[in-house]
Amino acid sequence: MVHIVSSFDEDFASLNQTIAQLGGLAEAQLSEVTDLLEVRKIDGLRELIARDKELDKLEEQLNEQAITLIARRAPMAQDLRRVLVAIKVASALERVGDYAKNIAKRAQIIIPAQINGAPMASLIRMSHMVQQMLHQVMDAYMEMDDKLALDVYNRDVEVDQLHTSLFHSLVSLLHEAGESSTAPSHLLFVAKNIERVGDFATNIAEQIYFLVHGHLPSDDRQKADHSSDLGA
Amino acid sequence: MSNTKITTRNVNVHYGDNHALHNVTIDVEANAVTAFIGPSGCGKSTFLRCLNRMNDVIDSCRIDGEILIDNRNIYDANLDPVELRAQVGMVFQKPNPFPKSIYDNVAYGPRIHGLTSSRAELDEVVETSLRRAGLWEEVKNRQTAVASGLSGGQQQRLCIARAIAVNPDILLMDEPCSALDPIATAIIEELIDDLRNSYTIIIVTHSMQQAARISQKTAYFHMGHLVEYDSTDNIFTRPQEKQTEAYISGKIG
Repeated sequence: MVHIVSSFDEDFASLNQTIAQLGGLAEAQLSEVTDLLEVRKIDGLRELIARDKELDKLEEQLNEQAITLIARRAPMAQDLRRVLVAIKVASALERVGDYAKNIAKRAQIIIPAQINGAPMASLIRMSHMVQQMLHQVMDAYMEMDDKLALDVYNRDVEVDQLHTSLFHSLVSLLHEAGESSTAPSHLLFVAKNIERVGDFATNIAEQIYFLVHGHLPSDDRQKADHSSDLGA
Repeated sequence: MSNTKITTRNVNVHYGDNHALHNVTIDVEANAVTAFIGPSGCGKSTFLRCLNRMNDVIDSCRIDGEILIDNRNIYDANLDPVELRAQVGMVFQKPNPFPKSIYDNVAYGPRIHGLTSSRAELDEVVETSLRRAGLWEEVKNRQTAVASGLSGGQQQRLCIARAIAVNPDILLMDEPCSALDPIATAIIEELIDDLRNSYTIIIVTHSMQQAARISQKTAYFHMGHLVEYDSTDNIFTRPQEKQTEAYISGKIG
């Protein structure tokens, strides 16, 4: 169905365009910082950190578009949810960008420390999982595909499990590290950041479901991030 | 909590061969504002006019089904339509004061219905009605002035005062703000919100925003059918019917 006033649809299309740009950039930032960690390349981290400003600008632009749309079109029902969800998705993507930036900052300390082995591999694997979720949830958003969104929503549990086990390994690594515990500590935060990006992808999935159905999905989803309970 | 003021069952209206309303069944709550929305020709005004038998004056019009107000069938043979129209007041799109003074406009109904026994009593009814319609302060010193000298918004409030003066319990409003500017509209909307404590109000409006602002329940009509009837909150946030969603969002296809 289309709006009788076609410029109303054009407003939504341009809202989506901004979200697409934001999503693409957020994905690229996370993917790039992960690659740099994997190949231990410090060049490029500074540019990546600087690029975060573009995400901030795009979010600001999205908010401006949303305010104008509400003021001029007085959207109702699903139209109104579309605007609300766009604002929330933009904010989530901007936060993903912040996490990628933060990982890049920590990478400047982690990479020279030459941490090897299983924890690093798990971290990279977790990031790939999260990147895939983010990619899929952005497709779901563009298509307003609630089933695809639910798939992402239900996959967060795998990220949580991986994060919990990674947390264990990193704590052991810290025990062994003694005085050189700085880099492994940063790695702990990087793992948490990636896990949080998974949460944001899940939040976006939830919002897509809300957009389509007018209510949130029932919250009987399994939770598996037990890293906060460890050592308690 | 909610109590039903008006009940209709399978109301069908024909204008000659034109089947204007199909099986309209609805319960209208007392002391609430109900909005009837829908595109032009959807039957909302036709239905509104059934509720005080305004359609009786149209020869070709045939009405079937039941319309009960306070459990009494208003099409009952021994019911006086004139009395019914005092109980069920009506305010029209274009303010239509009589070519008389402000005072005489409001006093007209009480006079013909013999509601008052003295001039003092009539004065009181006029004042109370004008106060309830939010017009008293603006006109109390010029009640003998001709009503047509008032602004559009004031004239509409005068028509509301005129309807109120005969003690109705239902007010039907057919696009009461469509000829008014936004300030006069806001004043009428504030008045409607206030009046619903004492009256059952049904308003026909083409403005989605107005229906959303002032009503508690909304009924969506389309091509002579009542498509959806629900709380105004639900209708404007998550309507159940695709047709309703399309209409309130301005969509086609």
